[in-house]
Amino acid sequence: MKAPLSWLKDYVDIDVSAEELQKKLFSCGFEVEELIKTGKDISGVVVGEVTECEPVEGTHLHVCKVDCGKHGIFQICCGADNVKKGIKAPCALVGATVYATAKDHTTVEGVTTIKKGKLRGIESDGMLCSGVEIGVNGDLFEGGDYCGLLILPSDAENGADVKQIVGLDDYIFDIAVTANRPDCQSILGIAREVAAALGKPLKEPDYSYSPKGVCAPVNISVEDADLCPRYIGHCVTDVKIAPSPAFIKKRLALCGLRSINNIVDITNFVLLEMGQPMHAFDLRALSDRTIVVRRAKNGEYITTLDENEFKLTPENLVICDSKKPVALAGVMGGLNSEIENDTTEVLFEAAKFARDSVRKTSRALGQHSDSSAIFEKGVYEYTTERAMARALHLIEQLGCGTVTDMHVDVKTEFSHTGEKTMKASVKKINALLGVDVPAAKTIEILRRLNFGVKQSGDSLSVTVPPYREDIDGEPDIAEEVIRFYGYDNIVGTFLPTAAITNGGYTEAQKAVNKLKRVLVGNGLYEISTYSFYSEKDLDMLKFPQDSDERKTIKILNPIGEDLSVMRRTLAPSMINTIVRNQRRLNPDGKLFELAKIYIPHELPIKNFPEERNILCLGAWGATDFFELKGVCESVADCFNTKFSYSPKNDIPFLHPGVAAAIYCDGEYLGYLGMLAPTIAAELSLERKAFVAEIDYDKLTAHAKAFEYVPVPKFPEEKRDLALVCDKNITCGEIEAEILSACKYATEAKLFDVYEGEQVGEGKKSMAFTVTFTPKDEDIGERIDGFVKKILNNLKYKLNVELR
Amino acid sequence: MQSVKEKIKEIKQHIEEALENVKLSKKLYEIKMKFMGKGGEVSDLSKSMRDVPPEERPEVGKLINELKVWSDGKFSELDERLKAEELKKRYAEETVDVTMPAKRAAYGALHPNTLIRNELVDVFSGMGFEIFEGPEIENDYYNFTALNTPADHPARDMQDTFYISPELLLRTQTSAGQIRVMEKKKPPIKILSPGKVYRSDDDATHSPMFSQMEGLVVDEGIALSDLKGMLDEFARKIFGEGVKTRLRPSYFPFTEPSVEVDVSCFACGGAGCRLCKGTGWIEVLGAGMVNRRVLEGCGIDPDKYTGFAFGMGIERIAMLKYGINNMKLLFEGDVRFLKQFKD
Repeated sequence: MKAPLSWLKDYVDIDVSAEELQKKLFSCGFEVEELIKTGKDISGVVVGEVTECEPVEGTHLHVCKVDCGKHGIFQICCGADNVKKGIKAPCALVGATVYATAKDHTTVEGVTTIKKGKLRGIESDGMLCSGVEIGVNGDLFEGGDYCGLLILPSDAENGADVKQIVGLDDYIFDIAVTANRPDCQSILGIAREVAAALGKPLKEPDYSYSPKGVCAPVNISVEDADLCPRYIGHCVTDVKIAPSPAFIKKRLALCGLRSINNIVDITNFVLLEMGQPMHAFDLRALSDRTIVVRRAKNGEYITTLDENEFKLTPENLVICDSKKPVALAGVMGGLNSEIENDTTEVLFEAAKFARDSVRKTSRALGQHSDSSAIFEKGVYEYTTERAMARALHLIEQLGCGTVTDMHVDVKTEFSHTGEKTMKASVKKINALLGVDVPAAKTIEILRRLNFGVKQSGDSLSVTVPPYREDIDGEPDIAEEVIRFYGYDNIVGTFLPTAAITNGGYTEAQKAVNKLKRVLVGNGLYEISTYSFYSEKDLDMLKFPQDSDERKTIKILNPIGEDLSVMRRTLAPSMINTIVRNQRRLNPDGKLFELAKIYIPHELPIKNFPEERNILCLGAWGATDFFELKGVCESVADCFNTKFSYSPKNDIPFLHPGVAAAIYCDGEYLGYLGMLAPTIAAELSLERKAFVAEIDYDKLTAHAKAFEYVPVPKFPEEKRDLALVCDKNITCGEIEAEILSACKYATEAKLFDVYEGEQVGEGKKSMAFTVTFTPKDEDIGERIDGFVKKILNNLKYKLNVELR
Repeated sequence: MQSVKEKIKEIKQHIEEALENVKLSKKLYEIKMKFMGKGGEVSDLSKSMRDVPPEERPEVGKLINELKVWSDGKFSELDERLKAEELKKRYAEETVDVTMPAKRAAYGALHPNTLIRNELVDVFSGMGFEIFEGPEIENDYYNFTALNTPADHPARDMQDTFYISPELLLRTQTSAGQIRVMEKKKPPIKILSPGKVYRSDDDATHSPMFSQMEGLVVDEGIALSDLKGMLDEFARKIFGEGVKTRLRPSYFPFTEPSVEVDVSCFACGGAGCRLCKGTGWIEVLGAGMVNRRVLEGCGIDPDKYTGFAFGMGIERIAMLKYGINNMKLLFEGDVRFLKQFKD
């Protein structure tokens, strides 16, 4: 919301500096995001009178003598076509800053400093300027759009700073208005807050008008009242389309709007001043002098003022005549009913449209306007009524037409006006705020904000101003009080009355923290990646079309396809992170992520999906499968459980020979393995990459509390066994058979593998250290027996022999 | 027959000869055993006492004893010297360059978000807050309607929402968890709710996924000043002693009054610097007194109970605290970035 200081001064006698006002607005909840000083880039430009002007032979240039009053008389070489003796123009002295323009003399290309120079060998001590060069357009100052010199009034004092003369001495407050204060989407609304902040009275704009003319009636009806609670129409005849007077143009220019003509400018002026978007229809264009506010029919078309055509649906509210849409309600008028230079009869519209209806239409059609921006935040009907009056007042003031008595006010059952009165208690307000604002001060603040207050002891009866529909109860009133009493007066307290509560992590949250620390202790770095990715990421890892990983939840309105699929596996995110690291020549690393995957119960999704925690591990560079397996073992250890592994060759993106399924107590938890070389090549990975995924929620179900077992009186015994077996027998199989054959065998650890001539074709040798742990008897004498039993079992089950 | 005396003399001589060229303590030990051990010359002397006439025995005994003392001394003196030399040599051989690289299991690092989250949880759990984690996929009711943000509310535009069905969405705020807690639990409530949230926003300071931490207190007699007091404590613990908070009016549909909370700039102490853009203050969170309608909707009597809620962006705190200038870095997983964060 842009509010020029000069405009605010129409309504409030502001006697503080712009900076001070900025602070006051900040403390009552209106952050000035930028305080813009108009003409801030322009300096050293003064009024210069051309006292001599001689053409330079063979060029378009003139050598001038320019009288800059107290600054002196300068020789300036000027190329403008309207330079002549006797005119006054902005003169940039040496050292002045002005805008540099492109060859077209209208496009600003930054700020430049004027230096002493020579044009065609002729000395030039300064520059005579156009409007563009000092940041003035024709709305701000007459003649500002001309690409020659800006002609200043003949009574301007030579040498005076040009900024005051052309209206560059203002401040614009660019204010962030919170969503609860649509009433402050206007100069008047901000002025009300300024008045309250400064403790000054507010001077309301003039709403008076006196209808003089009569005209044929216009039929106005609202069919979809829920989307248009209120519609006011008023006719103006004898319209003479003309440019607006300077004060209107200047105000619009300061707020960044261009002047169109007197009628259109009035609607824009009222929009800025009152925060009520208005529209003006050329009555000639309205078939049967009829206005119908209704939802568009499917397939109806409208072409808006900016000559864009839209195909409409019943989602869109339109203003129609008896035949066709003539405006997109609250968004933009139709080209077919636009004000033309020969328009003579105008229907003004001031209406309230439902904010979400305008928002939906504006979004769906991609058509945004100052009007839609305001309607989306909401307008109050109090303002709707007043805005119409204000526009009619301006018609009379500007003399651009005759205000008739053709006034139609459609107040539907959704219309909402009238005073709101509520009870409040000074004590309760103070209790909520935790401060002690005296009753008198509370009342004084509320009255400053135009609340009507009747006091009876602690109880207040508060009448809310009609433009404050956001005020809904005592807490809102409390907020008004503290806004002006000052948040700095709140002294921190520490729940003096609250019950003691016992805080902290749940057991599950503690487990997560422990796991993360264990992984960090294993040298892994934690990463965080987006919960969504692209279908292409699944293609990259060759997931079959019918795989579960493809049965994903899609975001209906993603930022882009890249971030459109809610992930069901963390592997693509991990692999992409590894790719990014390798591209940046980070030679190695180990990573983990503990995050959710999202599993729909049905597609398209109707019910809350399952959110499942997955632990993903990744590593690349100087590492191998068994190092990552070691990390998995640490994970198992963290939950005092054990994993078992078996070969797994059906993970589509892993090397079929370097991949394992991970089981815990017989339940499949996930996988680990090496990225398939084919995919690594497609991703241009120079170094090997490994990835593992473990279903964290399943894993935690296998967590076991540790139990203390007394330390045996007798020491453990170890025996090394070198075995020969078929090549395709796994270490895990042998290990399992060793342990199952003897209850004292507590560990069987592989320490050597050999394949070659000495063991024969198709065979390999594996050497294990077997640990025998006694319970409470000495087993020293029995070990040989145990070994024999183990060997027999191996021979019988797996045809394994002692080497 | 050689007299014992002579023999003693001879043994002494043998010992001296034997010790002349000994260089190793191990060799010395062997020699010592040869003389002093079982069957050694010195030990055998005692046996020869039988042959000494009784009247000479005291004298001879004394001599033998003297020999033992002398040879013990001789051996241990030399042993000490040799061992000292050997140790010296060993030390010299085993001396390492202590400035060579250490061998250690590389230590990883927690993500900066986790570090900040843990810090925040520690601060607030000490104040009696429990941790609650709600679902990331929410419905319209929990994310908006129950938070006093009906369908036509302009505040819905404050956060661009990702939808996955007409009803289901990726939560835009951890505040959604507030409702789930208040539906189940009655006051006193002190809940901290950290988690991921999603908004359709993507630039240097916004990411479509980020993390928030929501706090909620509902009890009898809770006031805005309690929020201020608690946040003062938070600011001190997270940003350092002497850091103050400032409340200023704002708007959130689910709180009334609503405030933005700034902390005094911990980089410049409030004097104004680049971090605080010269203002001396840094915006860190939004907060307010829980809206009566929100309490009512959860079946909590707003005339009896009041409460406050606050919510902050974890990435924002991390970026401020560590001086990270681009939010993207937090999601890229570059190990050069990650390895800097120490617990």
